Amino acid sequence: MRLVLERRAERSTAVAVASPLIAIALTLLTMAILFAALGKNPVTALSVYFVEPLTDSYSLIELAVKATPLVMIAIGLSLCYLADVWNIGAEGQFLIGAVCGSWLAVRTQGTDAGAWVLPIMLMLGAVGGAVYALVPAIAKVRFGASEILTSLMLVYVADLLLDYLVRGPWRDPNGFNFPTTAEFDPVATVPILIGETRLHVGALIALAVVAAASILLGRTIKGFKIKVVGAAPRAARFAGFNADRLVVLTFAMSGALAGLAGIIEVAGPTGHLQPNFSPGYGFTAIIVAFLGRLNPIGILIAGLFLALTFIGGEQAQISIKVPLDLTKVFQGILLFYVLACDSLILYRVRVVSSRPGAADAIS
Amino acid sequence: MQFLEPAFLQAVILSVIAASTPLLLVAVGELVAERAGVLNLGLEGMMIMGAACSFAGAYFTGSIVVGALAGILAGMLLSVVFAALTLGLAVNQVAAGLALTIFGIGLSGLIGAGFVGERIETAPHLYLPALTDIPWIGNIAFGQDGFVYVSLALVIGIWWFLYRTRAGLVLRAVGDNHVSAHALGYRVLRIRFLAVLFGGACAGLGGAYLPLAYTPFFIPGMTAGRGWIALALVVFASWLPARVVIGAYLFGFVTILQLHFQALHVPVPSQFMSSLPYLATVVVLIAISRRCGLAGSAAPASLGLVFVPDR
Repeated sequence: MRLVLERRAERSTAVAVASPLIAIALTLLTMAILFAALGKNPVTALSVYFVEPLTDSYSLIELAVKATPLVMIAIGLSLCYLADVWNIGAEGQFLIGAVCGSWLAVRTQGTDAGAWVLPIMLMLGAVGGAVYALVPAIAKVRFGASEILTSLMLVYVADLLLDYLVRGPWRDPNGFNFPTTAEFDPVATVPILIGETRLHVGALIALAVVAAASILLGRTIKGFKIKVVGAAPRAARFAGFNADRLVVLTFAMSGALAGLAGIIEVAGPTGHLQPNFSPGYGFTAIIVAFLGRLNPIGILIAGLFLALTFIGGEQAQISIKVPLDLTKVFQGILLFYVLACDSLILYRVRVVSSRPGAADAIS
Repeated sequence: MQFLEPAFLQAVILSVIAASTPLLLVAVGELVAERAGVLNLGLEGMMIMGAACSFAGAYFTGSIVVGALAGILAGMLLSVVFAALTLGLAVNQVAAGLALTIFGIGLSGLIGAGFVGERIETAPHLYLPALTDIPWIGNIAFGQDGFVYVSLALVIGIWWFLYRTRAGLVLRAVGDNHVSAHALGYRVLRIRFLAVLFGGACAGLGGAYLPLAYTPFFIPGMTAGRGWIALALVVFASWLPARVVIGAYLFGFVTILQLHFQALHVPVPSQFMSSLPYLATVVVLIAISRRCGLAGSAAPASLGLVFVPDR
């Protein structure tokens, strides 16, 4: 007896809706087993991870703060993945966006520069991220170099560049030798939305990005082309769609969104540029994109869910003393299950006899 | 000139070999998987798990061999997860590989957390009385640790397997055209499973090299992108075993070069020198792809494609 995959005659809509939920349920089950193996009470541990953050207002606001970069980056990545373009270097574009925007904040520090500083910073962040993303895009369309590897390599380069800047030329002279820039001036800081919290205008920008992506994919020719090139490249070629141009376009858009998210993160919750200000948002956003089934609304929900894992992970580290790396394990397992469940939209698993011919004899 | 002294040159060559060996081990395993048509982007995750588990194994038993076996086993276990997804459930290989890397980095941190700060004895180096003492080349040819000889033997073995055996021919056929191979009656998924398993074992062994022979401790994230560089090496090598050796040693050379430049206090920021291996990878990928004309024309034709047998 063995299991084989069989292509469904048509996509199963029921599974398509249920698959992310099944994946989350299976992940929680696996996590419970993992907690038990670590000697923790699974029920307590899961509630620290997933329920407690939802019960106080501070954590709820943190949820929105952490979901903001995840959603923005994942929206951009979903455009790439829909077009079958594999940008996995969003983390690098995120960092470069932060660096480019911070340049202006550092340059205007202590001057009487006006309210124009922040908008220009955001623009520089988006442009920086887009330009950085164009390197793998152009390497792919001009030279045929694998965008997977080039975009990933550039993450390490971006990380080192950021490290150099905050330890070298941009270091705060009054910062007791810590590798960080000085706190940004108020004109270079993203405004706070609600009183004394960390909730900033970036959350609204993320919502606007979700809306814009919904319109792009659902209502425009460009969005249609992106989907056709990814789903049916031959049909796209016959229709005369320029696949190369879409590679460049989707890379540039996702780079711009990652870069924008980067400068918003630095000019918002962080307030200054420092190494390791990102807990790997660019990589987690890949999971967000898939968990959201590459759909803008789905990504918004998935972004909130993965933000929950970051907050829950931090709280679990403090209250039940589990390592922070558990969050990454959890995210990896979640992606495994998401991909596995997605496969069941297209295929069904059937049990067949292992002896060839035996199945035919019975039927 | 310090550069031309035999002792210095020998030390440089020895350090290049040490830096190249993990890359070679990982890349040559991935080459076999890719020749069977499977692109496993989870190398980095399997490698770091190999590093963590091998350190744990060697720490508890005091045996380098047990450590290496633990690393191999860890790499294989992770590759089974990858195979279950990509071969069993026809999941996209790129996405599944990324998931494997994220998972492996997290789990290795979990396992390795208890070992940070601990040290072990690194693998002993070969010593043959008369031969190892030969000036200039003695240490290079006869004074390495076991991993180096294993990695080179592995390359020769894989070359022989791929080009001189029937099984190797079948494996390449599966990678080049899985539909035809299936039609001829070959068990595409079974062959791919074995190739992925082999790739996982090699990645685990390559990861094991780092704490067992390169540095005597475990640090979370100590693979530092070597798994990704190994993936690039397979492209650089145009999927040919002998060229993987050249590629791995070239990259090892770049790594060591930047270390020596940093030691010589060349007035260039150290971060710039550290980024050289990554930048070199990008440049090499562009150059090699350009020379091949079309995107990866040397690549196995079914590489990365999902295969679901129709019965």
